Amino acid sequence: MIGASLGAAAYERASEISAILAVANPVGDRRLARLSSRPDVVLALSGIGISFGGVKALSDVDLEVEVGEIRAVIGPNGAGKSSLINIISGLYHADRGRIAIGGQSFSRVPASRLARLGVARTFQNLALFGGLSVRNNIACGRVHTRRASFVEHIAGLPRARSEDAGIAEKTDQIVAFLHLESVADRLVATLPYGLQKRVELARALVAEPKLLLLDEPMAGMTATEKAEMAGFVRAARDRHGVTIILIEHDIGVVMGLSDRVAVLDYGRKIADGTPAEVRADPAVIRAYIGTAEGENGEDI
Amino acid sequence: MAVQALDAARLPVDWAKLVQKLALATALFVVAYGVVPAYASGYLVEAILLPFLALSLAAVGLNLLTGYCGQLSLGSSAFMAVGAFGAYNFNLRVEGLPLAVTMILAGISAAGFGVVFGLPSLRLRGFYLAVSTLAAQFFVQWALTKFGWFSNDNPSGVISAPHLAVAGLSLDSATGRYLLSVTTVMVLTALVWRLVNSATGRNFIAVRDNETAARVIGVPVLRTKLLAFAISSFIIGIAGVLWAFTYLRTVEPAGFNLDRSFQILFIIIIGGLASIRGAFWVRRSSLSSRSFCPGSAHSCSAACSIRAFST
Amino acid sequence: MSYYDFLFVIEVLVGGLLSGVMYSLVAIGFVLIYKTSGVLNFAQGSMVLFAALTFVSLVERGIPFALSLLITFAVMVALGFTIERTVLRPLVNRSPMTLFMATLGLSYIIEGAAQLIWGTQVHGLDLGIDDTPFEVGGILISSFDLLAAAIAAAMVAGLSAFFYWTRIGLAFRAVADDQFAALAVGLRLPRIWGTVWTAAGFVALVAGLLWGARLGVRFSLSLIVLKALPVLVLGAFDSILGAIVGGLIIGASEKLAEVYLGPFVGGGIEGWFAYALALVVLLVRPSGLFGQKTVERV
Ligand SMILES: Nc1ncnc2c1ncn2[C@@H]1O[C@H](COP(=O)(O)OP(=O)(O)OP(=O)(O)O)[C@@H](O)[C@H]1O
Ligand SMILES: [Mg+2]
Repeated sequence: MIGASLGAAAYERASEISAILAVANPVGDRRLARLSSRPDVVLALSGIGISFGGVKALSDVDLEVEVGEIRAVIGPNGAGKSSLINIISGLYHADRGRIAIGGQSFSRVPASRLARLGVARTFQNLALFGGLSVRNNIACGRVHTRRASFVEHIAGLPRARSEDAGIAEKTDQIVAFLHLESVADRLVATLPYGLQKRVELARALVAEPKLLLLDEPMAGMTATEKAEMAGFVRAARDRHGVTIILIEHDIGVVMGLSDRVAVLDYGRKIADGTPAEVRADPAVIRAYIGTAEGENGEDI
Repeated sequence: MAVQALDAARLPVDWAKLVQKLALATALFVVAYGVVPAYASGYLVEAILLPFLALSLAAVGLNLLTGYCGQLSLGSSAFMAVGAFGAYNFNLRVEGLPLAVTMILAGISAAGFGVVFGLPSLRLRGFYLAVSTLAAQFFVQWALTKFGWFSNDNPSGVISAPHLAVAGLSLDSATGRYLLSVTTVMVLTALVWRLVNSATGRNFIAVRDNETAARVIGVPVLRTKLLAFAISSFIIGIAGVLWAFTYLRTVEPAGFNLDRSFQILFIIIIGGLASIRGAFWVRRSSLSSRSFCPGSAHSCSAACSIRAFST
Repeated sequence: MSYYDFLFVIEVLVGGLLSGVMYSLVAIGFVLIYKTSGVLNFAQGSMVLFAALTFVSLVERGIPFALSLLITFAVMVALGFTIERTVLRPLVNRSPMTLFMATLGLSYIIEGAAQLIWGTQVHGLDLGIDDTPFEVGGILISSFDLLAAAIAAAMVAGLSAFFYWTRIGLAFRAVADDQFAALAVGLRLPRIWGTVWTAAGFVALVAGLLWGARLGVRFSLSLIVLKALPVLVLGAFDSILGAIVGGLIIGASEKLAEVYLGPFVGGGIEGWFAYALALVVLLVRPSGLFGQKTVERV
């Protein structure tokens, strides 16, 4: 069985290597090489395109994210925002383009190595482990740091114990940071929606990522919950220095929270700049008025 | 150290609960090693306790894979067969191999098979995986019947239990076999208990509840699935040894058929997926209810399983 | 390869294809239910058995063929409706695995009930089809198999017509496409599920008669579900075309393997060969030959 797990590990590694070696277009590559060599660029996308059947979810999207910024990505429903995050986290594979994460360039990001690349994320639709307690859900966020084998765990050997203790300590810190103490030992599936969203943020933060991808962390929340969550997101950046990509429909939240905003519409990036610049951009105004979304509260 | 101190401070020890747990454990030991060997009738041991123990252990193994890791397997009895025939052959072909070593080797053989037939789980999900585990079921049964080597050239593939002894102490009597069985089951169940409450067990649950999220946060999904297949098959394999050596004493490959696999599946469904204790309760109740259920042996437990779902 | 060897291969192949049709027959019953409700109905095999037993017991009591057929059909419809009401409706919104295990339990219940009602003896079933093989260009073909294939083809054509040209058929396809959207536009799912279970009961009836006529009506009849599963896996659970092509491929390769591979490994490989074949195909195409390749939405 050890052989087999080695085999599985080798398989994972091989797919990573092939992902790294895959070739892409040279022009974008040069741009990407220039960007990813800059130490202040955490993430650089170049010429990203993906389609599903006939639907072009993204075409030719460039994006760079600098250290310590909160980078919002907005756009109407179906604009391709989630697809973008899914490509960065390796869950979707782009048809075209390259992704550079912290100086390493990929055409397909290896999802299984994402945590070790220093990237953590939350999901638009909750993706918690319903059968685990809040604390254990959060502790899972550090699973990529574990080394002890299952035998060490069963036997309770020192390495397994010290791992557990270290992770428990980190978990406690995050639990306190996000004010989850009162529910820490409850099964996560029994929590209200807003709290589950917060647990997901906790699970991502406990990994101490360099880059955090948040896909609509405030969707479906009340105004108070939103404000609270926005506070947590900002505090995460300010205290832990995490770089954040934030997808959010609530324009008010976005404008107040982010340093730069990229706007997607029908899979294309139609604007990119500071909140003030984007707010004044005629293309953005057109895209938003064109879709006439009532549900998302404020318009521009 | 500081952390452990903190832990203790946060969770005040619940003495009443601790005492209760200790009392339960003691009672279990007294019954298992005192009351039953001393007072249980031969019939009770031979016809009820021995199959109960073996199948419960198999259910514990399957539960690890299906209940905790979320990989539905329909071929459990194939792994029981591998364990049983493996033990038979190790015992036959290696002179003077201690019983414990034989059993562990048999378990490892089953684990090896488990990994091989678990490989499709790396690419397949849900029903596609479930159907592919049927391949294990039919292939193993066929191979054991077809190749005489496995049964030392018995024409119908039947094997008989060897003389059972630990440290020169014969365990061939009903009580001896019971003690072997109950000890094995208790040790393995305790180990599984520790496993599912460890980080590895939580990885199993993470893969079950949300494979995509698990992968993204760094759970080694492929390795976790194979590990679940390996450990689960190891336990089911040893359950097969108990089934063949302590309960039936003579078995043929056809005894490890699809019905047996489904029976084990029903046990874990009724007992509650991802519940170790459930594996034992159900086995007991379905045994006691069998006498009221003529006709198809399974329909009764099947009915219960449907009821268990709807509640 | 000599001419006669060649003829022999063809003969084996044709025999295999024809028995493949018989597998498809069972598999289609699965697909119908899977497509609309996402349930892999393991009890399809015991429904086949139930249909065959009902029919045989009616015929043996001297009831005319056509009337027996009609009564059996009514019984199957009732059975389908009962299952839908009592087992699946209460479990709606549960995971597909849960539903599958429920149908697994159900199959034992149906079989148990059948055993209580009819006992375990084997009944002969004579559909009045003559089974003398006839010769086409030097190849022997079983006329029974050929007729069975024709009936199966007619049934598939009938079902297709039903699903393409009737209102309820249209609704069926809408549900199969997208359950939520179908609900949103006001299609009444329960009625559609009821219809589908009726259709599955009908398929079970046809399969039960043909298989029963071939093997005798016996309890092992419900095991043909095990023949249908690799067919489904190979062709994809949600494609009728897949069920047909999968059945043909498995039927043909199983027979060829039995003849050409069997002797090397001691024979008896029909129990697992189909599964091994399906597995190999799956490793290349994880959602079957005719399944759509989808990227999981997150
Ligand atoms: N896995 C998939 N399979 C098929 N189509 C997909 C998939 N993921 C996304 N799409 C399609 O790609 C387009 C962009 O989807 P995406 O989820 O990225 O939009 P979004 O901007 O996140 O929208 P929303 O605000 O509703 O979350 C949509 O048309 C969607 O239907
Ligand atoms: Mg989205």
